[in-house]
Amino acid sequence: MSVVQALTQNSAPLLEMRGISRSFPGVKALDGVDVALYPGTVTALIGENGAGKSTLVKILTGIYQPDGGQIVVEGEPVQFTSAEAAIRSGITAIHQETVLFDELSVAENIFLGHAPRNRWGLVNWAAMNARAAALLTSIDAPISPYSRLKDLSIAQRHLVAIARALSVEARVVIMDEPTAALSYKEVEDLFRIIERLKRQGKAILFISHKFEEVYAIAERFVVFRDGRSIGAGLLAQTSQDEIVRMMVGRSVDHVFPKAAVTIGETVLKVSGYSHPTEFDGISFALRRGEILGLYGLVGAGRSEFCQSLFGITRPSTGRLELEGRSIEIRSPSDAIRAGIVYVPEERGRHGAVLQMPIFQNFSMATLGRTTRAGFLRQAEEFALARRYAERLDLRAAALSVPVGTLSGGNQQKVVIGKWLATRPKVIILDEPTKGIDIGSKAAVHAFMSELAGEGLSVIMVSSELPEILGMSDRVMVMREGRVAGIWNREGLDAETLVRAATGNE
Amino acid sequence: MSRILKYRELLLFGIICVLIAAFSYRAPGFSSPRSLANIFNDTSILMILALGQMAVILTRSIDLSVAANLSFTGMAVAMLNAAYPGIPLPLLICAALAIGAALGAINGLMVWKIGIPAIVATLGTLTIYRGMAFVLSGGAWVNQTQMTPAFLNTPRMPVLGLPLLGWTAILVIAVIAIVLRRTVFGRSLYAAGGNPTAALYAGVDVGRTTFFAFMLSGALAGLCGYLWVSRYAVAYVDIAAGFELDTVAACVIGGISTLGGIGSVGGAVLGALFLGVIKNALPVINISPFWQMAISGLVIIIAVLFNARQERRKGRLILRETAKRRPPRIEVPVEGAAA
Repeated sequence: MSVVQALTQNSAPLLEMRGISRSFPGVKALDGVDVALYPGTVTALIGENGAGKSTLVKILTGIYQPDGGQIVVEGEPVQFTSAEAAIRSGITAIHQETVLFDELSVAENIFLGHAPRNRWGLVNWAAMNARAAALLTSIDAPISPYSRLKDLSIAQRHLVAIARALSVEARVVIMDEPTAALSYKEVEDLFRIIERLKRQGKAILFISHKFEEVYAIAERFVVFRDGRSIGAGLLAQTSQDEIVRMMVGRSVDHVFPKAAVTIGETVLKVSGYSHPTEFDGISFALRRGEILGLYGLVGAGRSEFCQSLFGITRPSTGRLELEGRSIEIRSPSDAIRAGIVYVPEERGRHGAVLQMPIFQNFSMATLGRTTRAGFLRQAEEFALARRYAERLDLRAAALSVPVGTLSGGNQQKVVIGKWLATRPKVIILDEPTKGIDIGSKAAVHAFMSELAGEGLSVIMVSSELPEILGMSDRVMVMREGRVAGIWNREGLDAETLVRAATGNE
Repeated sequence: MSRILKYRELLLFGIICVLIAAFSYRAPGFSSPRSLANIFNDTSILMILALGQMAVILTRSIDLSVAANLSFTGMAVAMLNAAYPGIPLPLLICAALAIGAALGAINGLMVWKIGIPAIVATLGTLTIYRGMAFVLSGGAWVNQTQMTPAFLNTPRMPVLGLPLLGWTAILVIAVIAIVLRRTVFGRSLYAAGGNPTAALYAGVDVGRTTFFAFMLSGALAGLCGYLWVSRYAVAYVDIAAGFELDTVAACVIGGISTLGGIGSVGGAVLGALFLGVIKNALPVINISPFWQMAISGLVIIIAVLFNARQERRKGRLILRETAKRRPPRIEVPVEGAAA
């Protein structure tokens, strides 16, 4: 804090967030964070997925209201009760995936919702196009305000998004992972625009995972971890190692102990799995009873790769061997038949058919087994459902009620039971504990240990370092669609993984 | 599927009974067994088409081409019968099923392989199939005198007080009920429409399921082509014009969710019977056909309102559960991405 205090004497912050907290049922997303933004300065907001960055952005832009704390703009306490109120205070955001309208012109996109009006209350097209042209010139964007958005490249769309953000007399500009979809050259262009905004005295909050960029463009930083602001200061005085350490903390060992399991022979062997746009040259072997943690930043290609193992997307090249036999997977039903199942991330949306009865959800992936001569046998379906309902301790009034009537935790059990019923050899769990409370997490982790103990091989995609370090026998890190490394759990620390995932080695 | 649905079907059944009672108060004899059998027989074609339509709607699609399919297939089998009176009737019925299924498969392929929205694809084929009927017949009619007596009279033959047409409907209802409740295909329809992503992850081929739903709808439309032509003893291009909307209406009234995944055979049948009762009753009590249309429309809107309220209530319930269970997602939610 002393660094920050020293700095605040140089110039007063344009915007300050003091002790901001925000809870959601079961989770404290922000717990008394302090962030200060200074005029003409870029402040980088750094933190793991789920550290609370996006919640902070939503509070700043008036989408969420904080439970506690204060926002101060130029010394005046303010309250952003709506997105409009935030815009009126001169706070504007450019999001990761900007929402623009393909069929509208560039000028219309920039001024949608606050188009200049003439005296009859109708849109003043001449003024709108002129102001759009001026805004685009101010950021050096050679785009005609009359172009249709759909005719622009991704980088040009990004410039339109920036112009839109600046069209509201912005003083504070929030950029939430603005470089995620940009090429190297386009990032350079973006940086030039940021420099220009700096000279205009705007305060910029820059959210990025990439250290390289953070050090290139930002003067200050704030590190978030688990909803708290852990450190802040000048980047010139702080090394990357120090920041990594702030991001991951220290006491992450043994929070999620995996039970000791004898690791058997190789079950699944992946060689050179590649996809034209999503991942390239993925090779590894997975053994019986093993949990392989798959770590990486959002967008590193982990889910896309796992979905290709499950037949949802098809790899362009690569070989797959299951128990020594070469197999080819063209569809999810191929994968299920071979013994590979994939439990998707959003189990609510991707997992269960809510209006279907419980027993039909249980049997959905195993219909071949409860069928005789093409006809379903309800008695067998019920027997199967009863078996797994008992095993998973499902609490339901009856197995014939719709899954939608169950509580969230019990819905999850149905989804997992559906997959276990296929008697898989390899189970891929995509973010198995994302967004669930600590108690349920422990239950999921215990259950994963149990599965491994029964000889299942598990691939666990997770963005949470403690979970990765606690549960995995080995960890594979993916970065930008490629394998950045595979490590055994012994002696592995969080910093190694973060470095591999961010490319800061 | 659920208690709500069973309750809704009972409710619809109750309403139909009350309607019949009310009408027979004004027009005695309306509720006589003969009259009721007559109404059922008169509604047979609508019931059969509604069942095909329901299979399609379950997968979140819609088939607007059923009436045009019926018209083309009806014309085709009528012309076959007129040209080659020697072809036995069972073979002609098989031909009707096959032609209808082929037309349905065209719809299904466009939706499955090309990814055209069902409403657009079948709006196109609605016009095309009618046009084909015109091209096939050159705009001419096939009259009673040109068709063989067996072709015309078989569906009208009464068995136990109900013409074979009505029995055909009962047979189709039974078969579709078994298909939907007892086969993998039937289950896939509900899964694919209820949650396409979950269905995909569970190994259900959503596109192929939709394709077969269209094919089923087409085959039933083809069967109805024959039934219609024999019932009215004439085939011409404009038969059953606009009838596709009645099939959708029957489904909606019967509680089949246009959002897919919800619906039952009983619902579709009762929805069709409801329309059939109204259509048969209003002339009996001297209400003009224009009122009939207005009343049918009103009932459809009421049914949709009823369904929407049911679904909204369910949505709220889930959200409340979700809120208890976990925090809102930190990322920007992608609304409606499952659609």
